[in-house]
Amino acid sequence: MGAINRAIHYLDERLQIQQLIDFGKKKSVPLHRETVWYYFGGVTLFLFIIQVITGILLLFYYRTGPEEAYESIRFIMSEVRFGWLMRSIHSWSANLMILAAFIHMFSVFFAKAYRKPRELTWITGMLLLFIGLGLGFTGYLLPWNELAFFATKVGTDIFSVVPVIGEPLLRLLRGGEEVTPATLSRFFGIHVAIFPLLFVGLLALHLLFVQRQGMSEPIGWNEMPPDKTKSMPFFPNFLLRDLLLWLIVLNVIALLAVFFPWELGEKADPFAPAPEGIKPEWYFMFMYQTLKFLPAKVLFISGETLGILVFGLAVVLWLIIPFWDRKSARGEKNRALNYVGLFVVLFIIVMTVLGYALH
Amino acid sequence: MKRRSFINVLLSGGIAVWLGSVIASIIAYLLPPEAAVSDASSVKAATTDELEPDSAKIFQFGKKPGLLLRLEDGGYRAFVAVCTHLSCTVQYRKDMGVIWCACHNGKFNKKGINIAGPPPKPLDELEVHIRGEDIFVSKPVT
Repeated sequence: MGAINRAIHYLDERLQIQQLIDFGKKKSVPLHRETVWYYFGGVTLFLFIIQVITGILLLFYYRTGPEEAYESIRFIMSEVRFGWLMRSIHSWSANLMILAAFIHMFSVFFAKAYRKPRELTWITGMLLLFIGLGLGFTGYLLPWNELAFFATKVGTDIFSVVPVIGEPLLRLLRGGEEVTPATLSRFFGIHVAIFPLLFVGLLALHLLFVQRQGMSEPIGWNEMPPDKTKSMPFFPNFLLRDLLLWLIVLNVIALLAVFFPWELGEKADPFAPAPEGIKPEWYFMFMYQTLKFLPAKVLFISGETLGILVFGLAVVLWLIIPFWDRKSARGEKNRALNYVGLFVVLFIIVMTVLGYALH
Repeated sequence: MKRRSFINVLLSGGIAVWLGSVIASIIAYLLPPEAAVSDASSVKAATTDELEPDSAKIFQFGKKPGLLLRLEDGGYRAFVAVCTHLSCTVQYRKDMGVIWCACHNGKFNKKGINIAGPPPKPLDELEVHIRGEDIFVSKPVT
């Protein structure tokens, strides 16, 4: 008996892991035209793991504070061995994680994989995406550079539009009336403690649900003749493909980090005018650009307020899709919803491109 | 009331009150106390030999940035340099002849009136007093 078998036997005697192994062997991945999209959840997970590792490593040198934050990152990038690489990987992989999460979300949307019984998997996934965006938003400020300072000013100001609780919410986020070093401390705490905790908790639920329910099958899959519905075992076939893709992603990140290292920019000065070309992270660009297009006043409310209320409503509707898309829940095709989704994707792409083109 | 339901009320009520007081004190803790820096009433923004006609500078006015603008005729105007749209810091653009916000391309004329872009209202104007060689800026008396 080899060492591995002995170890399995040892654990099985005490923890009955054979049940888990049997469960893993039973799991299968449906093979069809859209199978490729199944990989994006795993890629997002992998990028999150990279974020945790590089994030913890950055914590060994990063210091918060108006003077220290910028200087400590400069120190990481210029003095610490491989510091530039760690920071670049953290930034690149953060952005790719958001991208992968968006692709994963839209592929689930178009496959209607959120339909019963996977409503809660969709909800936890959407919450993970929101926290991911929150991690991006809070992390963007941490180097305390000019662009991030003003992006945070604009980004947090948007919360003041929320009716009734807008003002206290703004003070809560900023730690005062303005974006100050107090904001930096708060964002730091949120970025390294609160959001990661929430993220890991939700991620555990999300993965548990996926394991309990197995992979989602396309609508109409069960009515197809058995010889048309091929599948592949999850373990080891799909998992090995997953690992191969992760390796490719890791290489892409390494290339990006080496050839396009993340810039640090100018140190923030709260009493300097906003610099030209201020822009949010790309994944907020479509909202930023839409708000730019809105006139100062629409009927009786400000364009800004209207835009944010409409976005807010759209996000809530998107979040609860499984509960109002009855057609997909019954296993019927919902073409109208596909057009809505297509419109949303096009809107995001067009506004993002315009955001960069008009800058 | 039966003993069991009494205990239930006591237990659930106790938990609810505890949760409420814990959450309330956490929220109170998170809402920051008023900042120690008071709102400035009057600050020295510049000296008379500092600004050329048709130029401007940013100065610290309490917690906010201020903009001191020297007009072409040599006169001065001052504003709170916070855009009325999403509170970015504005700047004077000599080439455009306007006060400009880089964040969303908002424009104000030299009187601080919003003339283009998303800003919904004019900049808050400040009073300028010249004493000897010093230019003081203060909040207008309301």
